[in-house]
Amino acid sequence: MPAPRAGLFVTCLVDLMRPSIGFAAARLIEAAGCTVVVPDRQTCCGQPAYNSGDRATAKSLALQTIRAFADCEYVVAPSGSCAAMLKVHYPCLVSGEPDLEAEADAFAAKVHELCTFLTDIRPIASVPGRYDGRVTYHDACSGLRELGIKSAPRRLLAAVEGLELTEMPESEACCGFGGLFAEKYADISNAIVTRKTDNAATAEASLLLAGDLGCLMNMAGKLTRTGHPLACRHIAEVLAGELTDPPIGHSAVSTP
Amino acid sequence: MKPDTAHFRESAAAAIADPRLQSALAKLPGGLVAQRRAAVSALPEFEALRDEARAIRDATLANLATHLEAFEAKATAMGSRVHWATDADEARRTISEICSRANARLVIKGKSMVTEEIGLNAHLESSGLDIIESDLGEYIIQKRGESPSHIIAPAIHLTEADVDADFRAYHTHLDQNRELGTPERLVAEARAVLREKFLSADVGITGANFLISETGSSIIVTNEGNGDLTQILPRIHIVVATIDKVVPTLNEAMTLLRVLARSATGQDMTAYTTLATGPRRTDDLDGPTECHIVLVDNGRTEMLASDMREALRCIRCGACMNHCPVYNAIGGHAYGWVYPGPIGAVLTPALLGITETSHLPNASTFCGSCESVCPVKIPLVSLMRTWRERAHDQGPRTLTARILSKLWSAAATRPALYHLIACFAVAIGGALGRANGRFRALPLARGWLKHRDLPAPQGRTFQQLWKETERGVPR
Repeated sequence: MPAPRAGLFVTCLVDLMRPSIGFAAARLIEAAGCTVVVPDRQTCCGQPAYNSGDRATAKSLALQTIRAFADCEYVVAPSGSCAAMLKVHYPCLVSGEPDLEAEADAFAAKVHELCTFLTDIRPIASVPGRYDGRVTYHDACSGLRELGIKSAPRRLLAAVEGLELTEMPESEACCGFGGLFAEKYADISNAIVTRKTDNAATAEASLLLAGDLGCLMNMAGKLTRTGHPLACRHIAEVLAGELTDPPIGHSAVSTP
Repeated sequence: MKPDTAHFRESAAAAIADPRLQSALAKLPGGLVAQRRAAVSALPEFEALRDEARAIRDATLANLATHLEAFEAKATAMGSRVHWATDADEARRTISEICSRANARLVIKGKSMVTEEIGLNAHLESSGLDIIESDLGEYIIQKRGESPSHIIAPAIHLTEADVDADFRAYHTHLDQNRELGTPERLVAEARAVLREKFLSADVGITGANFLISETGSSIIVTNEGNGDLTQILPRIHIVVATIDKVVPTLNEAMTLLRVLARSATGQDMTAYTTLATGPRRTDDLDGPTECHIVLVDNGRTEMLASDMREALRCIRCGACMNHCPVYNAIGGHAYGWVYPGPIGAVLTPALLGITETSHLPNASTFCGSCESVCPVKIPLVSLMRTWRERAHDQGPRTLTARILSKLWSAAATRPALYHLIACFAVAIGGALGRANGRFRALPLARGWLKHRDLPAPQGRTFQQLWKETERGVPR
């Protein structure tokens, strides 16, 4: 039987800001026995438009994405937030239009967030990465509350050789990112991310991990601004052992 | 109270910079949030009860007119007078007329959010009445001239030290050197002061947590017993409630009470759950001689017929605000009107219009904590998003925002153009940010950069690099 075709929905943030996460995800999906394809008609899932009240743009992006992945058996995203957009919200965007509803429902059924894909859909035999040190994990909101992602990342981290996971207090609390919220309501966002990074710091870990780059950029930006040594990476980087690039917001030049 | 929702951003910034408010808010996670968690984990069927509660509310709202008419008939049969008020003004006039017919001078009140909504106290005071709030939290903020900052814990923004200082300032007839300081002493003092008021008040005004159609009763839940005294001691009792408070049967109300107290304070039941059914009967030992029930619409009928209907399920437990990261950061006053937190962000635009209130549904990270604890499963995030859609249809506020959003949509819906712009932007960003791996200042993203750095892009897009690896170019 040929390996199933898994389309990588790389997400616009990973595409633009941190391609190394995309390669880490591709490596993990391959380790799960799939052929990775990256349809080039993908851009953004449309969540910024959807959550800004621009339903029309969100809907055209939904249809664009659904059709870009038409020939894939699975669609995998290294983000709980974007995966929830594809899986939960695309069907809502076309509700009332029976043909499109069927298309969106069929698409939603093949969409998976990366960690759950690797534990529940195509369980990987072994995790390629190895990390000698202590990490802590932030449960990003959409993944946690819309897709129920809680145990999958922890099960995968437990399989990483050398890695020790220490839970922070309030790991399920929002980091204050919220997309455009962080820009539009900067002071409130700052109060929330300060509490989050203070909590993360108590875990005394060397790495703060999460499954969403948006949250990670927010937390990393706060940590570097305050000069805190806790570094941030996407969980896929650690699982895949793709650690050559410096952590988020650090540079190859200035980071030891 | 006069709404001030347009200055949300400024009010929020002031709230964050207020250390006394912050120390009061810091007690929420270990207080109401932890208490709810303990109560819920002790009741295995809690999740099933939430579904049941939601179904009860939905079924009632689907036939609201029928249940309201049944309530009116039964309440009238039990000797109450039922008054209908279309809006705040009619509600205020109705209540004020009842008071003046009775030659009332002193009105004592139980805690009620709808009376805040219709601005009852100020109206009655302007017609020469003395009003005194009997719920401890409401009593404290009434003395301070403030509005509630939380729907069940109105003085949650204050500390014991604040209340100590206030009581010394207001209770000037008491020994200035008396010992206060502890919650017990503060409560005892308020109790002593209020007791005289209960005995001399002519009218008692309460809200209602529920109105029961089958019995014509109103139900209030309190932990202080002040509501009981308010509705029993004065000669006239006025219940003020919005039309969505009706529940067909006592049985159904019991289910709602089971989720209400647990969600609100983490109690199995509040200390007092009190039913009031009409005025004193001939063989009753106490109770009012007249009982009036003012049913207030004030926008609810319109909500019922709109896509905001699900918000009318609300049973006012406050769990959504207790669990909201935004409410925890700024408290209730910054929201600028009566109902704060996620339910306020949905209800306030429905009652005041979206134009002046558009900050409220926008100022959310959409983390979904509110929905995950709501005892009647109101889809608060979807409803806030619907308000964002309305606000968006009215057009973004600034020209820059309009241009940026148009440009972004134009690029995102044209993949080839998107990739071209992306490669270009990321190359520049990568080159500029290479040395530090992050930006401290940029002409854009000023809000973000005010408090945190912006991580720099790695320099090439994933799709660009992926195409090269497919062609065998090493990364």
